[in-house]
Amino acid sequence: MDKILQTKYTENDIRTFLKEVKDPEIPPISIVDLGIVTKINVSETNDVHVTLTPTFAGCPALKIMEELVKDRLEKEEALGKITVETSFETTWTTDLISDEGREALLKHGLAPPKQNVGYMELDVLSDTPCPFCSSRNTTLKSPFGPTLCRSLHYCNNCLQAFEGFKPV
Amino acid sequence: MDFFNDKHVEAAKDLLYKMADDQLIIGHRNSEWTGLGPILEEDIAFSSMAQDKLGQSEHLYNLLHELGEADADTVAFTRNEKQFHCCHLVELPIGEYDFSLIRHFLFDMAEAIRFEMLVDSSYENLARLARKFKGEIKYHTMHANTWVQQLANGNEESKTRMQSALNMAWPLALGIFEPGQHETVLAEANIFAGEAALQEKWTAEITALITKAGLTIPNDATPVYGGRTGTHTPHLQPLLDEMTEVYSIDPSADW
Repeated sequence: MDKILQTKYTENDIRTFLKEVKDPEIPPISIVDLGIVTKINVSETNDVHVTLTPTFAGCPALKIMEELVKDRLEKEEALGKITVETSFETTWTTDLISDEGREALLKHGLAPPKQNVGYMELDVLSDTPCPFCSSRNTTLKSPFGPTLCRSLHYCNNCLQAFEGFKPV
Repeated sequence: MDFFNDKHVEAAKDLLYKMADDQLIIGHRNSEWTGLGPILEEDIAFSSMAQDKLGQSEHLYNLLHELGEADADTVAFTRNEKQFHCCHLVELPIGEYDFSLIRHFLFDMAEAIRFEMLVDSSYENLARLARKFKGEIKYHTMHANTWVQQLANGNEESKTRMQSALNMAWPLALGIFEPGQHETVLAEANIFAGEAALQEKWTAEITALITKAGLTIPNDATPVYGGRTGTHTPHLQPLLDEMTEVYSIDPSADW
C-alpha cells in the first residue's frame, strides 16, 4: 500500500483533533462545538488550512484560539504546513453551537442560548431557563456579564444568580 | 476590490475612518467607567461595551489597511487630533452618569441603524462586518433604552437630569450626521446610502423612544459639525495622549 495514501488526512480527521481544542473562556466547550470552525481544507500533501469566525468582534480569546489550533495540529507529525485564518465570511451566531456544545454549557452552569431568535428580538432574554432548576421564572439582571458572550440572570424559583450565553 | 475605482476607494476610506474613529474614541470613554460605575452591573456594562467598540474599531481599521492605509495599531496610536474623524459627541469627557447614558443612547441607536444599512453594502467586506456588529450592538441599544426609560420615569431628580443631559447632548448627536465629501459617490456605488438617509431613520426611531420616555427634544438645535474634518474640542488631544502613553514609550510593548 502506498504510504502517502495511508496517511492522507480528511476534513473529519482534522475536526476530531480540533474537538480537543477548548474555548479558553468556557473550557467545557470545544471550538468545534462552539461553531467557530467554518472551513477546513486539507491538501494532497496534508497541508491544512483552518478558517475560524469570531464570536464577538472584541473577543480577546480569538488570537489565543488561533494559536491553540495551530499548536494542536502541529502535534500531528504526518500533517504538512498548518495555517489558521480568521474571517468574517461566515457570520457566527449562537445557532452554530452544536447540541453537544449546548449540553456542555448547561453542565457548566451556563444557560444555553435560545435558538433561531433572529437579530432584533430582545425579550427572549427575560425568561431564560435556569440552568440549575430549569424554572422559567427568571429575571434578566444585565445583558452584560463577565465575558462579552454572557448575560446575568436571577432565578426567582431557586433564588440563585446564574449566567446565560447570549443569543446573537 | 475590482469594483472600486480610485474615487470609490477614497470615499470608502472616508466612511471607514469616521466609523472606526467614533468606535475607538467612544470605546475609550466607555472604559473610563471601569471601576467607577454607579452600580456593579453598570460598571460591567460600560466596560463590556468598551471592549465591543474597541474590537469593532480594530476590524474597521483592518479594512483601511486592506485599502492601503497603515496597520491598525499605527493608525489608532500615532495620529494627532487633526487626523481624527470622530464626531464631537464621542470625544467629550464622561461627565456624570446621566450624560454618559444619554450619549450612549443617542450614539448607539445611530450606529445600530448604520450597521443595518451597511448589511447590504456592495462593499462586501464591510457588509460582513456590519452583519457581525449588528448582532452585538443590539445589546448596547437594549441597555441604553432600558435605563433611559427607567430614569426618565423615576423621580423628579432623575427626570430632570435625563432632560438636561438630553438638552446638552442633542446638538452634538446631530453632528454624527455631518455630511461628508463623498456622499454621492457612496450612494451611487451602493456602498452606503449616506448620512442624510441615516439621520432620517435615526430621527424617527429616537423621537419615538424619547417621546415614550416623556422627555422633550430641544427645539432649534444647531448641529455641532467639524469633527469629520479634523476640528475637535479641547478634550480629544488629552484623551489621545493618555490612550497612546504606553505605545509612545515603547511601540513594541506586549502583554
